[in-house]
Amino acid sequence: MEYLVRFAQVHTGFHAAELESLASLNGIELEILKYSANSPFCIVWLASEESARRLISRSILASGIYEVWGSGNDYATLHEDVLSRTSQIRPKYRKSSFRFTVDGYQGKRSQASQRALIESFSYLGFDGPIRMHNVELNICLFEEYQAHAPEPERVFLGRWLAESSRAAVTKYDLKKRHYISTTSMDAEVALVTANMVQAQPGKLVYDPFVGTGSLLIACAHFGAVTIGSDIDGRCIRGKAERHIVSNYQQYQLLHRYLDGFISDLTHCPLRQTRLLDGIVCDPPYGVREGLKVLGTKDGSGKEEVIIDGVPAHLRPNFIPPKKPYSFEAMLDDVLEFAASSLVESGRLCMWMPSANEDEVELEIPTHPALEIVAVCVQPFNKWSRRLLTYRRLPDADIRDETPRAKKEQAVGAHADELNRFRKKYFEGFKTTSKDI
Amino acid sequence: MKLLTLNFVTCARKSCKTLPAAFPLHPRDAELEIVEMELNPKFLVNILPRVEWQALRTVCQELGLPTLPDIMPVQQDLLQPPSLPGRESESQEGEAEGEGGSEEEDALQKPSQTAQDLHRVLLETTIANGKLVCGACGHEYAVKEGIANFLLPSHMV
Repeated sequence: MEYLVRFAQVHTGFHAAELESLASLNGIELEILKYSANSPFCIVWLASEESARRLISRSILASGIYEVWGSGNDYATLHEDVLSRTSQIRPKYRKSSFRFTVDGYQGKRSQASQRALIESFSYLGFDGPIRMHNVELNICLFEEYQAHAPEPERVFLGRWLAESSRAAVTKYDLKKRHYISTTSMDAEVALVTANMVQAQPGKLVYDPFVGTGSLLIACAHFGAVTIGSDIDGRCIRGKAERHIVSNYQQYQLLHRYLDGFISDLTHCPLRQTRLLDGIVCDPPYGVREGLKVLGTKDGSGKEEVIIDGVPAHLRPNFIPPKKPYSFEAMLDDVLEFAASSLVESGRLCMWMPSANEDEVELEIPTHPALEIVAVCVQPFNKWSRRLLTYRRLPDADIRDETPRAKKEQAVGAHADELNRFRKKYFEGFKTTSKDI
Repeated sequence: MKLLTLNFVTCARKSCKTLPAAFPLHPRDAELEIVEMELNPKFLVNILPRVEWQALRTVCQELGLPTLPDIMPVQQDLLQPPSLPGRESESQEGEAEGEGGSEEEDALQKPSQTAQDLHRVLLETTIANGKLVCGACGHEYAVKEGIANFLLPSHMV
């Protein structure tokens, strides 16, 4: 059967990937028949109405799903299609209470014009009462216009089936969250990330750069138990009544918070075995949040320091030295960690920036044990970032047995030398004069 | 830090990670606290095979907690077969919103005593304050207000 997915026309780079992830999560066979990033209406094939409801129930980017009753490039073809497609279905709803609405994209109609349109479907022959709420039959007419065009370019008629989880976007709005920071992930994108990593009841999801917990909160919303760590203990501890735990409390999700601990990914204490069902992370890009690991810039400090007879590192309030680190090396470390700690088919969702100018030679980090499931782009004004989704392959499917050459740690000690993205960011993404 | 988390971590030093003595970390001067939490049978079933049972027994012994059985329970031990055909509504499973899946079949299976005991040990028993000591290098990691700090001084990196 054909179904229409009504997307919100935002984060278009994630639409198809989210649907596919939810299909795989639910074990649903999905075929995307018609989709374009320029349109919020996506036509898919699904085996049953039940699959359609399940597919959409967790979606963040879709608002709902509809059974297709007809489609066309103008009203003449639409009516023709509706007549032929619904000849079997129509009689079932003859006496049902119903509602008929018009949903236009890039075009609006007056009340009178909407009414005339709806009247033109009177041949459907519904005699039941018209209601706005609790209806048995909810029909929607979709119109898609090119900008400023007088007539729609495509029209669809559909029967509403189920609502998505889009309401969660408002519930988790950062503006209403008690504890956030400059790098907290926006609720909508965080929830989509949770769908990509397939967070679900019973699973364990880890964030090695947890910050204020925005990605984990989204995973906990979908039922996963979550654990996070950060090199900066201040985010985990928070201050007074505002910390990660208070965020979980705010949403009554505390029972899905396992722990938070302070550690550096390059020296992560987690046992090196397959412990995790999912990993989500938004590693520091080195702009708003410094990109550092344990160690000293000049390699000094190899001797233990004793103060008043006590080793300095055992004194209260000891702060271990940290050094700047290269972003590329960090991404590699994340992949290496994911390959060794994800269960079979466990997923890694990692955000990474890529300056628009670099688009051509964009390097997506790879690992022989990790299959790339999706690469989704979120453009900003002068730069963009990508959400990379990987799946841990079963050991038997790993083809490349050669040990990986570890990315060479870039030479230099300064943040700018180690991190091209940071450098570009602070240069304002200027193109060099010879490019013009 | 919950005992489940403690069961998942070793010494953070690269030179220790592969040594058997670096796991489990040994609690010292530990101040324990019971933080009650809703039992999550699905999670317990999923996570049980990832628990290092002997390490958990050692830690429980060191903390003076009741002795755990010699052999790790299996996943089937966690769920009781439905007691009576008349189903009892298990409210905790139904409340989670936006989750598809097979809630009905879980509601039929109530967590067993084994599951409740495990839940108490792994997820409700927490180290509020104290130290975690590596059996290989002797390094001490501090736990403060439930948060363990695994950062290392530069001479151990």
